[in-house]
Amino acid sequence: MARRQDEMVPEAGFRSYYGQPVIKPPIWHEPHMPAYLYLGGLSGAASVLAATAHLSGHERLGAASRMAAFVGASAGSVFLVTELGRPERFLNMLRLLKFTSPMSVGSWTLAAHGGLTAIAAAAAVTPLLPAPMVSRILPGCLGGRVLPFIGDASAMASAVTGPIMATYTAVLLADTAVPAWHEAYRELPFLFAGSALASAGAVGMLSTPRAEAAPARASAALGAVMETAAGIVMESRLGLEGEPYRRGKAGLLMKASRVLTLGGGLLAPIAGRSRALTALSGLAITAGALCTRFGLLEAGRTSAADPRYTVVPQRERAEARRLTVVPDPAAPPP
Amino acid sequence: MAERMGFFTDTSVCIGCKACEVACKEWNDVPDDGFVFRATSYDNTGSLGADTWRHVAFIEQDGRWLMSSDVCKHCTQAACLDVCPTGALFRTEFDTVVVQPDICNGCGYCVPACPYGVIDRRERDGRAWKCTMCYDRLRGGMEPACAKACPTDSIQFGPLDELRERAEARVERLHADGVLEARLYGESPDDGVGGDGAFFLLLDEPETYGLPPDPVVTTRDLPDMWRWAGGAALTLAGAVAVSFLRVSFPRVPFLQASFLRRR
Repeated sequence: MARRQDEMVPEAGFRSYYGQPVIKPPIWHEPHMPAYLYLGGLSGAASVLAATAHLSGHERLGAASRMAAFVGASAGSVFLVTELGRPERFLNMLRLLKFTSPMSVGSWTLAAHGGLTAIAAAAAVTPLLPAPMVSRILPGCLGGRVLPFIGDASAMASAVTGPIMATYTAVLLADTAVPAWHEAYRELPFLFAGSALASAGAVGMLSTPRAEAAPARASAALGAVMETAAGIVMESRLGLEGEPYRRGKAGLLMKASRVLTLGGGLLAPIAGRSRALTALSGLAITAGALCTRFGLLEAGRTSAADPRYTVVPQRERAEARRLTVVPDPAAPPP
Repeated sequence: MAERMGFFTDTSVCIGCKACEVACKEWNDVPDDGFVFRATSYDNTGSLGADTWRHVAFIEQDGRWLMSSDVCKHCTQAACLDVCPTGALFRTEFDTVVVQPDICNGCGYCVPACPYGVIDRRERDGRAWKCTMCYDRLRGGMEPACAKACPTDSIQFGPLDELRERAEARVERLHADGVLEARLYGESPDDGVGGDGAFFLLLDEPETYGLPPDPVVTTRDLPDMWRWAGGAALTLAGAVAVSFLRVSFPRVPFLQASFLRRR
């Protein structure tokens, strides 16, 4: 028979209310939330690739990246809206702009970024459509001269919203009471940025003629290295709070992500002209980026569900503060 | 702005009658939260949530029972309010924190943001719910339903400053009576959330009652988080630029790996 709550606690000195969680776990769903994190990151980094490709004259890579940025932002928005408890009220996200709410900042960023990438993508596909069709949809010179100009300007502007898209989601996770997320707030943005860059590079590699895909391959490799480095630093710096990243389902996903991302990333620059190796590398990076996002959500849930991760670090902090209090000389000796 | 109002829950006189839970549900029309026999104690509501705004905890220890009616803390620095993107969560003229159900779109961000695990989303209706400190009753000059129903005055309602003085006196009295384990929880404006609008007198460590021992509002680190994210965003842009620089050196051997080329 369970006699006291002490019998249920896994470690000496740590107490809880019948082993129940102290904080509520994140209620975000699979695959919505991880899929949005992946697509938003992909879109953000792809828009930077698209703008740089345009400036350096890599038009094929630029067009492919514009499409990736648009598809990522729009598909991501769908996942984000369906994630809401009241999807019909999604416009309430734009009732106000609050810098204390990463979700508010993110909603505005996504709104701007989604619009910009849509215009940039429209300008990229218009030349591929038959001329009579274009002139039927767009009156006069709009399709011929105005749209390409607006499209380029939008692509340039989306290179500003893009990096915010790729990193604000790290703040979104870190700005919670979930110990595994909050304590990782220094490394998470770099992990997200690296993963986004690798994802965009992978899509660029897979969708661009190999002769023009060298920058995409380099992006994939740099992103993979950045994500891996951030992940290693994060896991080594976090003590008990980092445990959910190493154990259970989240641990498996994070390990799979490490192998796939780094393997795919290192393969990217040497895949060079081999079609099969390019495909292998791009798919491995994409799978790795998805594993990262699912792993992060799972680690957050584990971290919130076990009261140990909330109580033990807080108890240590409280004890340390108690011990550093200077004793009152007027007080009688104990 | 009216005076800051709050709760002082003195668990040393709680008898676990759950009148507070019932009164809260009746007044606020809070739906059923399930009839669950938890097989641990007389607790049949488990924890605070979307459909449980007062939760009576039962802790069976050697020779004594601890009972405590938990509630939203109405933090001075409220994480739920900070992170709410729609403005559905707001601070009232009584310095309490309330959700406006007609605005909330159920994004769920407040749920993992709360350091006490109070607020939650009601899945059948898609919105976030929690204690309002009976905002409607307060506006009508009445005390919240739970405090009104409490038969032992374990739940006390009033101006926060007054409650803090009363609580200090109560702890001193208990210490003088030999109850040395009595301590206040959430009363200090210097704690990680700037002090709770609903604070407690406990007879054991907070974690025994399911309360965090040293909660900190997550948004305290937010400026720092934005700085790190800014650094990462710039690094991302820089890395893309570097990726294109490499095009100028297309014959770097390790990038070309000629052995992989198809002849």
